[in-house]
Amino acid sequence: MSTPALEISHLHAWYGESHILHDLSLSVQPGEVVTLLGRNGAGRTSTLRAIMGLTGRRSGSIKVNGIESISLPTYQIAHLGIGYCPEERGIFASLSAEENLLLPPLVSKTDKGMSVAEIYDMFPNLAERRHSQGTRLSGGEQQMLAVGRILRTGAKLLLLDEISEGLAPVIVQALARMITTLKAKGYTIVMVEQNFRFAAPLADRFYVIEHGQVALAFGAAELEANMPVLNNLLGV
Amino acid sequence: MTEIFGIPLQALLGQLLLGLVNGSFYAMLSLGLAVIFGLLNVINFAHGALYMMGAFAAWMGLSYFGLSYWVMLIVGPLMVGLFGIVIERSMLRWLYKLDHLYGLLLTFGVTLLVEGVFRSFYGVSGQPYSVPEALAGATNLGFMILPNYRAFVVAAAVVVCFATWFVIEKTKLGAYLRAGTENPKLVEAFGINVPMMVTLTFGFGVALAALAGVLAAPVIQVSPLMGSNLIIVVFAVVVIGGMGSILGSIVTGLGLGVIEGLTRVFYPEASSTVVFVIMAIVLMIRPAGLFGKEK
Repeated sequence: MSTPALEISHLHAWYGESHILHDLSLSVQPGEVVTLLGRNGAGRTSTLRAIMGLTGRRSGSIKVNGIESISLPTYQIAHLGIGYCPEERGIFASLSAEENLLLPPLVSKTDKGMSVAEIYDMFPNLAERRHSQGTRLSGGEQQMLAVGRILRTGAKLLLLDEISEGLAPVIVQALARMITTLKAKGYTIVMVEQNFRFAAPLADRFYVIEHGQVALAFGAAELEANMPVLNNLLGV
Repeated sequence: MTEIFGIPLQALLGQLLLGLVNGSFYAMLSLGLAVIFGLLNVINFAHGALYMMGAFAAWMGLSYFGLSYWVMLIVGPLMVGLFGIVIERSMLRWLYKLDHLYGLLLTFGVTLLVEGVFRSFYGVSGQPYSVPEALAGATNLGFMILPNYRAFVVAAAVVVCFATWFVIEKTKLGAYLRAGTENPKLVEAFGINVPMMVTLTFGFGVALAALAGVLAAPVIQVSPLMGSNLIIVVFAVVVIGGMGSILGSIVTGLGLGVIEGLTRVFYPEASSTVVFVIMAIVLMIRPAGLFGKEK
């Protein structure tokens, strides 16, 4: 078996005094699309933030392509080849759309990442609005921008937090097509998703997070069999 | 002799130039404060003391080591900037998670310390520093006599301020800085060494204050108190311009210098209070400042 793109073992994390992740372990193989399911507040977003070192204190182990990152500062973790798209999208108001797109530096020595032209091909709206202030874009355009800008960096491991949240169906479909394209190109993707119908056809495997731990893990083939348990755990 | 509203043109232009010179110092200091506040969220009360250190660096360089004005114009800001970096690394960085007030208190303490040290060595009477030879004398423009050095100060300040504005608003480096001002954690998650950027930004803001100090050395007496005399007006300038606005601090700094100069001609009694009167009016009409964004 090859080195996992991401291997988390016995991860604990805190925000100040509150203990938010309890002995969480999961692993993602290169080229896999993995979805973290769970209720709001179960610890899915915190898991992504903990990988980036954006929570408070952490303990345990987080290996990225076999390299231990638990004691690295955030900016060095990014340079292990991770692209992070936060739930709130994080578009900068004081930058134009294009400046937002060009902001993240290359994080990989070997991969060039997508060119700006390729990203504009994928999301033609962004090309039209490149000179607009970042936060003047519509919600959908901001989401495309938030995802697009990490594709430029050469990151092969993408952490995507709720990218389909609150968007029109046509944009959700465009994002689903994008995930399929990225998967075909060999990207490794960890998604946090509330929208089960968006995530289900895209993911290879699922983790259900509950109370800061992995409550259930299964592959796409076992999705049908796990539906009753899922309905119970997620309350959908 | 030409007169405007009963004031000789020569005197009016002279005061206007003096106002522009003061405005140059206001602009450079408030620009540094704005840049520092933007990224560090620290109201740097020590800015005046660092400006004073710049002036002293020039004076000490010449009197102890025979280093010319031109050498100290570069070396002074570098040294004081380095001093700022040491303060940021050793003290300020522990306060970022706390309220603004703690940064203000710490830098106020640094001010008292620095001024106290200089006072115990040099007293409060100023040290004279002469204008560099190349810029001594004045040029007769026909309608006024223009002292060369003062013209140089205004030109240098305008160039430095607009170069800073250009770098921040129009370059990649500036984009990091603007993004870091909004959301430093996310910028760091993109792989940018934000703690380093914060340190260098503070060093740069401090160096800008010191540069203003070196420029000021031949114009005013080099004294340990020159910073505290200036910093209160500079804070008023920052409030009027709007905290954190780059262009706002430049324009407001120069503009208020001119207004102060003109007040000195037409109603000298108000010249030291006019800035504060304007501040009060601006706060009533636009609480975020002339160029500030409402939060």
